[in-house]
Amino acid sequence: MVASVTSLGRNGLYDWLIQRVSAVVLAAYSLFLLGYLVCSPETTYEQWSALFENTLMRIFSLLALISLAAHAWVGLWTISTDYIKPTGLRFLFQAACGIVMFAYVAWGIQVIWGL
Amino acid sequence: MSTLRTLNYDAIVIGGGGAGMRAALQLTESGVKTACITKVFPTRSHTVSAQGGITCAIASADPNDDWRWHMYDTVKGSDYIGDQDAIEYMCSVGPQAVFELDHMGLPFSRTEEGRIYQRPFGGQSKGPDNPTQAARTCAAADRTGHALLHALYQGNLKGGTTFLNEWYAVDLVKNQKGAVVGVIAICIETGETVYVKAKATVMATGGAGRIYQSTTNALINTGDGMGMALRAGFPGQDMEMWQFHPTGIYGAGTLVTEGCRGEGGYLINSEGERFMERYAPNAKDLAGRDVVARSMVLEILEGRGCGPNKDHVLLKLDHLGEETLNLRLPGICELSKTFAHVDPVKAPIPVVPTCHYMMGGIPTTIGGEAITQDANGQDQVVDGLYACGEAACVSVHGANRLGGNSLLDLVVFGRAAGLQIEKALQEGVSHDDASESDIEVALSRLDRLNSSTSGESMAEVKAELQKTMQLYFGVFREGESMQKGLKLLDELGERIKNVHLEDKSQAFNTARIEALELDNLFEVAYATAVSAEERKESRGAHARNDFTERDDDNWLKHSMYFPTEKRVGKRDVNFSPKTVEAFPPKVRSY
Amino acid sequence: MLVSIYRYNPEKDQTPYMQDINIDIPEGKDLMVLDVLHLLKEQDPSVTYRRSCREGVCGSDGLNMNGKNGLACITPLSEVVKRNKLVIRPLPGLPVIRDLVVDMSMFYKQYEKIKPFLINDTPPPAIERLQSPEDREKLDGLYECILCACCSTACPSFWWNPDKFVGPSGLLQAYRFLADSRDTATNERLAELDDPFSVFRCRGIMNCVSVCPKGLNPTKAIGHIRSMLMQRST
Repeated sequence: MVASVTSLGRNGLYDWLIQRVSAVVLAAYSLFLLGYLVCSPETTYEQWSALFENTLMRIFSLLALISLAAHAWVGLWTISTDYIKPTGLRFLFQAACGIVMFAYVAWGIQVIWGL
Repeated sequence: MSTLRTLNYDAIVIGGGGAGMRAALQLTESGVKTACITKVFPTRSHTVSAQGGITCAIASADPNDDWRWHMYDTVKGSDYIGDQDAIEYMCSVGPQAVFELDHMGLPFSRTEEGRIYQRPFGGQSKGPDNPTQAARTCAAADRTGHALLHALYQGNLKGGTTFLNEWYAVDLVKNQKGAVVGVIAICIETGETVYVKAKATVMATGGAGRIYQSTTNALINTGDGMGMALRAGFPGQDMEMWQFHPTGIYGAGTLVTEGCRGEGGYLINSEGERFMERYAPNAKDLAGRDVVARSMVLEILEGRGCGPNKDHVLLKLDHLGEETLNLRLPGICELSKTFAHVDPVKAPIPVVPTCHYMMGGIPTTIGGEAITQDANGQDQVVDGLYACGEAACVSVHGANRLGGNSLLDLVVFGRAAGLQIEKALQEGVSHDDASESDIEVALSRLDRLNSSTSGESMAEVKAELQKTMQLYFGVFREGESMQKGLKLLDELGERIKNVHLEDKSQAFNTARIEALELDNLFEVAYATAVSAEERKESRGAHARNDFTERDDDNWLKHSMYFPTEKRVGKRDVNFSPKTVEAFPPKVRSY
Repeated sequence: MLVSIYRYNPEKDQTPYMQDINIDIPEGKDLMVLDVLHLLKEQDPSVTYRRSCREGVCGSDGLNMNGKNGLACITPLSEVVKRNKLVIRPLPGLPVIRDLVVDMSMFYKQYEKIKPFLINDTPPPAIERLQSPEDREKLDGLYECILCACCSTACPSFWWNPDKFVGPSGLLQAYRFLADSRDTATNERLAELDDPFSVFRCRGIMNCVSVCPKGLNPTKAIGHIRSMLMQRST
């Protein structure tokens, strides 16, 4: 057993599952948006903002946003443990990733819910 | 000299193959401070190449099977110079040793009942009065040796055995009283030379098939233990007895298990004839290995060999069907494709008798204690020295080993040696320390090599040694040609003393190790040659054109080669098993 | 044929280098790479490599030949030589001791970590522990591993984290014991593997499968371990 305090789930299976589930959410979200754009090629600004004012869409977007953050976190954490061997530097990188991820989520919530 | 580092153990086991690891496991589990010195990582030892299985009366294939039948087969197979007390011990203790392997995790193939799968092997019957073919060889597909060696290594990991991996034992250290008190060893990676001191030293160094040009043996089978023992002045027993396995792949020498014939394969000559029906009407292709090997050579000599040079025969397996071959003999299919470019599912494999096993070795008691003879020819135990496995001659194989008995030998006598040492240590053993000069003696060979400035090329003399043995001491032997061979060996001996080591570096110097191995090869080859010339009869694997009959009046004996005088003496064969009546010598036919 | 071989003797060389040697290959015979190494060693005894069984079962001579890991003794020249040239390097990713000999302690340590031995807490019966042919069949494709390290040293995940990622060979062995009906330590074994590195560093690159000289499939075994971990946790 290799202990690790910085991984998201602190457990391999959990991380692995998060990455798979978040990938499914992101795929579904991308497909939905793509489908929407294909079905209504001449979308106006009004239609577009109406879509995003719908509560269901807001929930879906938030889910995708959180998935994106989790997915990126697990991925970048993995990459950092692969390639950045000095502990201090790796911790700095992980911290930076964490802050950026948090900032994006906070900002994204603000955008989606129009706060 | 005084800078030599000393390591201290109660027991050391030299060799990390089946026998060595079984002994080491026994010792470690009983709390004896033990180290296993092995020149290759343990799972690279030659046991890994064993294919067909481990013969033992566990009564799976036949619920009425009896270890006494196995004992009878083994005695008969040995051509009556196997020691019956030792064979009795091996066959009766065997089942326990095999079950232990299962409990250790060995992935045996299984029967529908969930028991260990057993296949027929050569020389197996259902007792003296019933020559029906028995199926007594416990198998893990055709990778039994691999499965066994890995299971033993795993058992040792679990038990916490100390391994000195990639350490090479150079020579035994004897004290002034002639007791063995350890070895000089080299750590191959660093080149450091160390005195490893021990109260008990176990030789489990395996065979020496590399004395022959064509052998199924691994490149590491250079008879290091036998060489060390001979150099230390201890005798070798039955050294003329070399098994030629009937089915080595033609050209490559790699082994094709007897299990192929056990599963129903058979040998054919250039006329497509199943010729073993003529030589052994009852057992046919599953006669003793010596019998089959000789029959094959006769077929070839009489012009019925296959191929453009008519120098091999064929092993036919295609009639068994793809499914059976893939289930029971997957490794053979792989080897055959790689080394013979033949898919056994479609075509027969070209095979030729190939040097396979050293029946002789360091004579020992059942407990693995090395034996020599005193001035009156009485057995005398060598203090501190033990041997087990192929390096030892207990003797359970006599003049011809039965297939599947070597793996059993390893685990039964590896374990027995461990038990014996444990007992001896409990009773209290103390040897006099080796003096500086005793250690100097053991270092002398290494010192000579390290200071050599010119001399013979190693590769050249080695090739010549192997050629000489192949030519003059092969399947069929003859007095005059053996004498010629001996003369050549004498010359070679002088050259080998003068081998030059060019590369004197320390780190992982394999050239140095090979030069040291060459000495051992020569010791074994010479012992073989002298003993073979001396035994004036044909028995088991030792077949002479000038003495074609077995001579029980003069040679129902072990031969004992004494290296100091280069003399061959005799030693009585044991005919006193403890719980059954001895099997008296009979004409041996299959 | 031109053989380009990796040389490094720590006592003499500051850095490793590639040595080009022209060598005559006897005609009409498809030599194995190991035979070529023997020929080289006859010319220059200082050429260093490991070897033992010379038939592909002991796992000593894992090497990198023209860019691909494999066993020298069962790799025929016809299979690897390109444009009459053979490049022989040690297995990648492990420290080199000398020439083609690498320090395998990291590899063995990972093997030992998965407790590669049967654990059964019930007292053994007087005979063997029974196992059905179906249960035994589950071990096929697992127990045949020869610990040659061709797979683990071809695995980028193992290159980056040889101290934490068990690697394909060790995981194949881990599953060999998880799959053994005679073993009772399934839970303990799984608990030991359930961290972000030991198993989950496998990214399904499948180099292990493509180089395994015994034709085994560690990626599949790793998939089985993941499923077992899933079943255990959901």
